[in-house]
Amino acid sequence: MTVAVNPTQTGEPVFYLADEHPHPEGYSTSLGFWIYLMSDCLIFAMLFAAFGVLGANYAAGPAPKDLFDLNLVAVNTSMLLLSSITYGFAMLTMQQNKIAQTQMWLLITGLFGAAFIGIELTEFAHMIHEGATPQRSAFLSAFFTLVGTHGLHVSCGLIWLVTLMVQVWRFGLIEANRRRLMCLSMFWHFLDVVWIGVFTFVYLLGVLR
Amino acid sequence: MSPDLLKFIFGRLGFDSLPLHEPILVGTFAMVALGGVTLLAGLTYFRLWGYLWREWFTTVDHKRIGIMYMILGIVMLLRGFADALMMRAQQAMAFNGSEGFLPAHHYDQVFTAHGVIMIFFVAMPLVTGLMNYVVPLQIGARDVSFPFLNNFSFWMTVGGAVLVMASLFIGEFARTGWLAYPPLSNIGYSPDVGVDYYIWALQVAGVGTTLSGINLICTIVKLRCPGMTMMKMPVFTWTSLCTNILIVASFPVLTVVLALLSLDRYVGTNFFTNDFGGSPMMYVNLIWIWGHPEVYILVLPAFGIFSEVTSTFSGKRLFGYTSMVYATVVITILSYLVWLHHFFTMGSGASVNSFFGITTMIISIPTGAKMFNWLFTMYRGRIRYELPMLWTIAFMLTFVIGGMTGVLLAVPPADFVLHNSLFLIAHFHNVIIGGVVFGAFAGINYWFPKAFGFKLDPFWGKCSFWFWVTGFYMAFMPLYVLGLMGVTRRLRVFDDASLQVWFVIAAIGAGLVFLGILSMLMQFAVSFLKREQLKDVTGDPWDARTLEWATSSPPPDYNFAFTPVVHDNDAWWDMKKRGYQRPLMGFKSIHMPSSTGTGIILAGFATAMGFGLIWYMWWLAALSFIALLAVGIGHTFNYHRDFDIPADDVIRTEDARTKLLAGAK
Amino acid sequence: MSRLKILALLPLAAALSGCNYIVLAPAGDIAAQQRDLVIISTVLMLLIVVPVMALTVLFAWRYRQSNTSARYEPDWDHSTKLELVIWSAPLLIIVCLGALTWMGTHLLDPYRTLGRIHADRAIDQSKAPLEVDVVALDWKWLFIYPDYGIATVNDLAAPVDRPINFRITASSVMNSFYIPALAGQIYAMPGMETKLHAVVNHAGTYKGFSANYSGAGFSGMHFNFQGLDDKGFDAWVAQAKSAGGSLGRTEYLQLEKPSENEPVRRWGSVDSDLYRLILNMCVETGKMCQSEMMAIDAKGGNGHEGLNNTLPLSYDKYARRGTVLGPEPVFVAGTCTPDAPQGRTTSAIKAPLDTAPLVGAGLKRPTLAPLKSSSFFLGQRSKSDS
Repeated sequence: MTVAVNPTQTGEPVFYLADEHPHPEGYSTSLGFWIYLMSDCLIFAMLFAAFGVLGANYAAGPAPKDLFDLNLVAVNTSMLLLSSITYGFAMLTMQQNKIAQTQMWLLITGLFGAAFIGIELTEFAHMIHEGATPQRSAFLSAFFTLVGTHGLHVSCGLIWLVTLMVQVWRFGLIEANRRRLMCLSMFWHFLDVVWIGVFTFVYLLGVLR
Repeated sequence: MSPDLLKFIFGRLGFDSLPLHEPILVGTFAMVALGGVTLLAGLTYFRLWGYLWREWFTTVDHKRIGIMYMILGIVMLLRGFADALMMRAQQAMAFNGSEGFLPAHHYDQVFTAHGVIMIFFVAMPLVTGLMNYVVPLQIGARDVSFPFLNNFSFWMTVGGAVLVMASLFIGEFARTGWLAYPPLSNIGYSPDVGVDYYIWALQVAGVGTTLSGINLICTIVKLRCPGMTMMKMPVFTWTSLCTNILIVASFPVLTVVLALLSLDRYVGTNFFTNDFGGSPMMYVNLIWIWGHPEVYILVLPAFGIFSEVTSTFSGKRLFGYTSMVYATVVITILSYLVWLHHFFTMGSGASVNSFFGITTMIISIPTGAKMFNWLFTMYRGRIRYELPMLWTIAFMLTFVIGGMTGVLLAVPPADFVLHNSLFLIAHFHNVIIGGVVFGAFAGINYWFPKAFGFKLDPFWGKCSFWFWVTGFYMAFMPLYVLGLMGVTRRLRVFDDASLQVWFVIAAIGAGLVFLGILSMLMQFAVSFLKREQLKDVTGDPWDARTLEWATSSPPPDYNFAFTPVVHDNDAWWDMKKRGYQRPLMGFKSIHMPSSTGTGIILAGFATAMGFGLIWYMWWLAALSFIALLAVGIGHTFNYHRDFDIPADDVIRTEDARTKLLAGAK
Repeated sequence: MSRLKILALLPLAAALSGCNYIVLAPAGDIAAQQRDLVIISTVLMLLIVVPVMALTVLFAWRYRQSNTSARYEPDWDHSTKLELVIWSAPLLIIVCLGALTWMGTHLLDPYRTLGRIHADRAIDQSKAPLEVDVVALDWKWLFIYPDYGIATVNDLAAPVDRPINFRITASSVMNSFYIPALAGQIYAMPGMETKLHAVVNHAGTYKGFSANYSGAGFSGMHFNFQGLDDKGFDAWVAQAKSAGGSLGRTEYLQLEKPSENEPVRRWGSVDSDLYRLILNMCVETGKMCQSEMMAIDAKGGNGHEGLNNTLPLSYDKYARRGTVLGPEPVFVAGTCTPDAPQGRTTSAIKAPLDTAPLVGAGLKRPTLAPLKSSSFFLGQRSKSDS
């Protein structure tokens, strides 16, 4: 807000705003959401650190190269990356006020997200079935927790996405919903970035180790 | 009912979980129950439930939330201090073969609960409460950025406190020390509910603290009134900003480390176990990466309070505003580079130890600069010895001693002989009581008239002050001495009878502090009764300097009828000096957030979920979690969260103040 | 207020003479140097703390409201010269203190072998240092003297002026090994080893204890440390020898069960491999040693076979370690072949000397003798090898 805070032409200092406009609704939201994302980022940072410390403690059990199926992970990664792109399309169509198309892209994003979660759960189930449970070694504990926390975030994102689709369907692309879609967009891309970290440090470097 | 069904419903909670065999706890429970029933009956009799619910529990007004934080802090202070008295009594008694009056099972809970409560549920609420109340007023805002979130954060903090209090009568609290180092806190060595209470109380409260941190950062960054550039912000607002940055950048670490510990305890992962490649030392590192910034989270706002108080009561601009701000920022950054000084003795190499030792010492440079700034603010001032200023002088004299012993402990070889000794206990009580607690009391005495419209009674305030200060020195100076005799912390019985005299002196000191606390409660009561005599009609009882004093005491719901415009960092002083005239007309309707019960309901479910997880009542945890999600999502369907205070109401409120001010002249 | 404070401090001053300030008057050279650092640092800081406190009192008094003769400058809020002083004065102190810290920390590093016996006595190279292995148990201290083949509980002795090399570990939770008269403390942690080098200069009996809370019996976890002359020490060793008894793996497993306020106990002989097994947490029959586990991990784990090398846990220190939602507790089974039964294979492997606190990826691991890792015959695990 730019306001003349210097003395008026008569030389009298201005000490209050006689004609004031309240801050628009959601004035602080994007800053607040960014700060929240940074705090969430710190959560992941700690889990990455835990993985860094414990990631080679296999307790005479299996190592990443014995467990990870990079092809599956590659498919999984592409699901998430594609979902980010489709979310981008949803935001573009939202800017053009096209409700139906926005909803469609959101739906596609959700499907990609659900596919990601599905593949991840399959991977987990397979590992646990083999006996590579989170309890087997510190490495597996750190792995399941880091990847699982990311998966949990994506699941929360999916619930949020469905909620927002209902809200857009009920109330249209009103200002509040646009702001919420924007926040979810940041959240979604943030999870994408985190996943790139997971993919690189956990899977690729793990197999190389 | 079949045992299986009972086990399903109550998890591991049974009759034997109730501490019926502990006479101290049964007595306490009887007293608490009696007091509680009386309170509830009184509220019902005077039909206050509706009022409380509408005006307080569901409020989103930062001022009321701030006051509720303060009440929470003071109530929990009584609990935490009761623990302190028991510890001091036990240590004063347990000599010459005497076991004292506390068995290990109870004593170990007492010192753990004391630490947890004092840090998380006394110091944090007091500090957060003051920030919540004062910051929006100081920056000329109408409320915080996210008023609903503020209410929710508060109730989450309460939820954590409720869980800690529940552990007193249902089950037990942790017996691990306040940071619950594994392997001791892991399931193998602490299989009971104690550590689970610890984990979930801190998790629930921690979420609240993090969100409140985000909220206040946004408020300070986005809602400052026109003209208030960063370098014109009052120092308290600056320290609040830094504190909240520290909160947001450190509490997630606590969340993670506790989550990992609970995974170890609930599903048997191996983060901090001895076997299977786990690393207990990783816990120690992670928790101190949170824990050290936490110290500055508490003390920075206190520094801010002292800055405001010193310049107000010296009748002088704060000396070295710019260097004060830079000192605060430097402390904020450095506080992340010192965590290892809490465990020099765990076998890190000499280079690592000296790095962390030296970074710790470097923090004393900006802190020392601050001390000099306060000193030179007093220099050539006209110092009025009202209560806040008394606390400030006591702080300056006390804190330098604590700072000195702190730097001493930062020298690793010195730490090798003093680590975990009573010298360390004396040191951190010296900085936390001398810094944070004295700061909170200075703040309470300073801003009380703003919040309630009348000053606090000076006689009882001075009683409280002198009891606290002498009690503090008597309680903790002996601990320095004992530390130099090589006495370690958390001991329950002693075999060297020559030490007893020191513990007795310390216990007497604790008794004096107790009188100090009673005097403070008396001070509140007497001030309330004498509120007409102590009334402040001007809104500026101390002839103060910052914006919060520009509005009435207590401020109207909307804080300022017109948003102020600021030209100087002592904005209100500048306005007074340049003949500011309070506007008498032209009032308009004001847009404000409306109250909501969602915050308290969500926090209630979160607390119930924590309780379910502690006792393995999975159905309760699951249901509460689903309810939490449902209510949370349901809340987002409410798009109408604001209302307008009609211009007529504003005119009425402001006219009433005009009359009051005219009457005062 | 200052008067009251002095009153409060009076009893302290009175009692100062009669007490045993062991931290300030220790009997060992390391502790004495640490004491010196405490005092020098305190004096250095007092250089600034005393003036600050004096100025606080002075300004508080002089500029009180009723003293209208004092100057009043309400708008004076800046002075570059003063700012320079108030930042540089603490800085100078910290520079001195920092240098002192850097030197002191390196010279008094508990892992560093001694360079001297006393301020005026160099080390006698002909005398081998006394080796003592320390194990913190729940809630007592086990001391093993590998050179003499004896072990004691809650009783420690060393000859005067002979350097002592402690190797320290714990069986279950964290403790801290501290003899204030001898040297600063160091943590005793399960599965990890810390070290302490110290020497005692004056004969006498001193207190030793755990300085880190470790559970219910913590208060009773103390012992006497005796500084003896050579003859006295020989007699002490002979006393332990004559106590007879042997501390082997079975006896140790009995001993490590939680107990409080343990009296002194002595064993005339001790399993020479016991400390290594304790450190590697494999005293129990059939459990894989940490050193072996780390060696396997360093080579990239055991692959899929590693998924099956766990056995149900039947023994644990307090209770079974199982968690409510997790599976039944297990332990990693040791690998062994008939010609190299458990507990022997790795005896050539030195236990990790500098157990790095955070042994993670990329950190240097102890060098280990090559393992016969092809021998994975769980069925042939020897059941009675202790």
